[in-house]
Amino acid sequence: MAKPKVASDWLAGCAGCHMSLLDMDERIATVVSLVDLRSTPITDFKHPDESGVDVGILEGGVNNTANEEVAKMMRSRCKILVALGDCAVFGGVPAMRNFFTIEDSLKRAYVESESTDDSGKIPNDPELAVPTKVRALQDVVPVDVFIPGCPPSADAIFFAISELAQGRIPDLKGDTLAWH
Amino acid sequence: MVAEKITIEPVTRIEGHAKVTIRMKDDGTVDHAYFHVNEFRGFEKFCEGRMVFEMPLITPRICGICPVSHHLASAKAGDEILGAPPPRPASLLRELMHMGQTIQSHGMHFFELAGPDLILGFDADPAVRNVVGLLQADPELTVKAVNLRKWGQEIIRILGGRRIHPNFAIPGGVNKALTKDERDAILAGYEEALETTKTALKIMYGWAEANAEDINKFAVFPSGYFGLVKPGNTLELYNGDIRLIGSDGKELEKFDPRNYLDYIAEHVESWSYLKFPYYKKMGYPQGVYRVGPLGRCNTSEKIATPLADAELKKFKQFNGGKPVENTLHFHTARLIETLYAIENVKVLLDDADIMSNDILNTCRDPKPYGVGVIEAPRGTLIHHYWMNENQQIEKVNLIVATGHNNWAMSEAVDSVAKTYIQGPDVTEGMLNRVEAAIRAHDPCLSCSTHAIGQMPIILEIRDSSDELVKTITRD
Repeated sequence: MAKPKVASDWLAGCAGCHMSLLDMDERIATVVSLVDLRSTPITDFKHPDESGVDVGILEGGVNNTANEEVAKMMRSRCKILVALGDCAVFGGVPAMRNFFTIEDSLKRAYVESESTDDSGKIPNDPELAVPTKVRALQDVVPVDVFIPGCPPSADAIFFAISELAQGRIPDLKGDTLAWH
Repeated sequence: MVAEKITIEPVTRIEGHAKVTIRMKDDGTVDHAYFHVNEFRGFEKFCEGRMVFEMPLITPRICGICPVSHHLASAKAGDEILGAPPPRPASLLRELMHMGQTIQSHGMHFFELAGPDLILGFDADPAVRNVVGLLQADPELTVKAVNLRKWGQEIIRILGGRRIHPNFAIPGGVNKALTKDERDAILAGYEEALETTKTALKIMYGWAEANAEDINKFAVFPSGYFGLVKPGNTLELYNGDIRLIGSDGKELEKFDPRNYLDYIAEHVESWSYLKFPYYKKMGYPQGVYRVGPLGRCNTSEKIATPLADAELKKFKQFNGGKPVENTLHFHTARLIETLYAIENVKVLLDDADIMSNDILNTCRDPKPYGVGVIEAPRGTLIHHYWMNENQQIEKVNLIVATGHNNWAMSEAVDSVAKTYIQGPDVTEGMLNRVEAAIRAHDPCLSCSTHAIGQMPIILEIRDSSDELVKTITRD
């Protein structure tokens, strides 16, 4: 049987969940023996295979138009979608932005900040993504598996990936949820 | 004749999202390449109203690769604003955690992110040009690399309870002392970490010798350099003065980091969510400078620990005593700093105060604002808070390490695109080199868009009339 294909990406998060994945340390070799890693932030494939992958993993919430596209592409190309970490599960710290208007937040950063000079303006080039309300992943696309934590522990991630690799939906409980 | 625009998106093996667009001329040569940072998060706004003591736990969520930098810069700003300078043992313990962070971040960058380009080759098959490919090509080396990162992460966990987003530094000090068992557990990994880093340096020197042509034509350009130093212009990562030197190596300024607003300002471009800091007196873009390992190894004249100092002396000879301008020597400088951080772990653990219980100053003498500055792995990190009488945050200004290198990354992308890309047949390896120009800086795009967000990189090539003719993507 071919190894299950796994792709991952990060949205509005901090990369900490992917770092926690690397915190499996030498168990990474085990993961690599169980699954075929496709597009991820640490490999050079840019997008999940058009022919589809078995498991898609997304870290971070959705806070702009580019994240929305990435989330939708991942959903359309994977069989099981995993929301990895608090930001993907419920929005996390970045969702604190929702208490302010996007315009006020942008103005603070690019116009009013004490170190910004007279060139201050809100970046609006057509190449740039447009900020939106910060949403949990499931508010944008259907999610199959949730792994909470900021970040989830390496043990929780290892357990989840090895279960998925063996065709089971991980049942996270006990210590794997004790992430504080 | 139609020229084109090439888009690379996302740039991989960097932290966060970035996009590069390359505009081509009609004759198939590069007109200009742009580096776009493409996300906005808004920490500077949404921290308003939070309590000052919460900041060392909120701001690490800016970046999961270097959370300790934000944790400590934030606690330092808290020390200042509450008027509670930490006792010496607390500062030593914070510095120890910071060394753990430097080791894990630098180590991971060399082996897991940039290493595949160096060890497997810029033109290697993208299917294997990653850490998994490395694992298959050289399992022994990869296991060593994993262990180096693990050791740095374990230092953080032992002090702060967890590897990522630890809970340790608080305004006035830290919340836990170091026990003898914990000290010994850290010391047990010292020799192996040192050996692995020496091996990495050997790989880097060997690569540089075999690829001298690349080293000398890959984004080599003058700029200023910026970083913390201790007295005698000694390399410093935790606490010191900021030294800024010009492209000729002469000192332009040395100042107390609390006064950063007198010396630097940030320029905004409409095509990037990342701002462009510069030296105020010279203006933008004349006053641009580089930070991070290359910036620090250029601004400092010596290193306090012997092995790293010997390597710095070699580094200084690369350009006959003048600042080293080669973008690819970021990698060399990063390993020299890793060596320093490892040696410094031992220096700190041997200090008579390291296991003291005098770890928290509970006196308070609040001030309306405070600045905390630290050398994050990627460069100088500035947290500046203003608070009201309830000790709530009124305003936040952040200048994040990767931001200082924004101009340099843009310049490097443009320079490498012009050096290596020749139309009409653009190869994947050529584009990977453009990405490697960004990778060398080890940008943290979550950080830089701190304020701001993450950066997707897109590489586009357009014709002279701005028409997009071709978008090369690598599915």
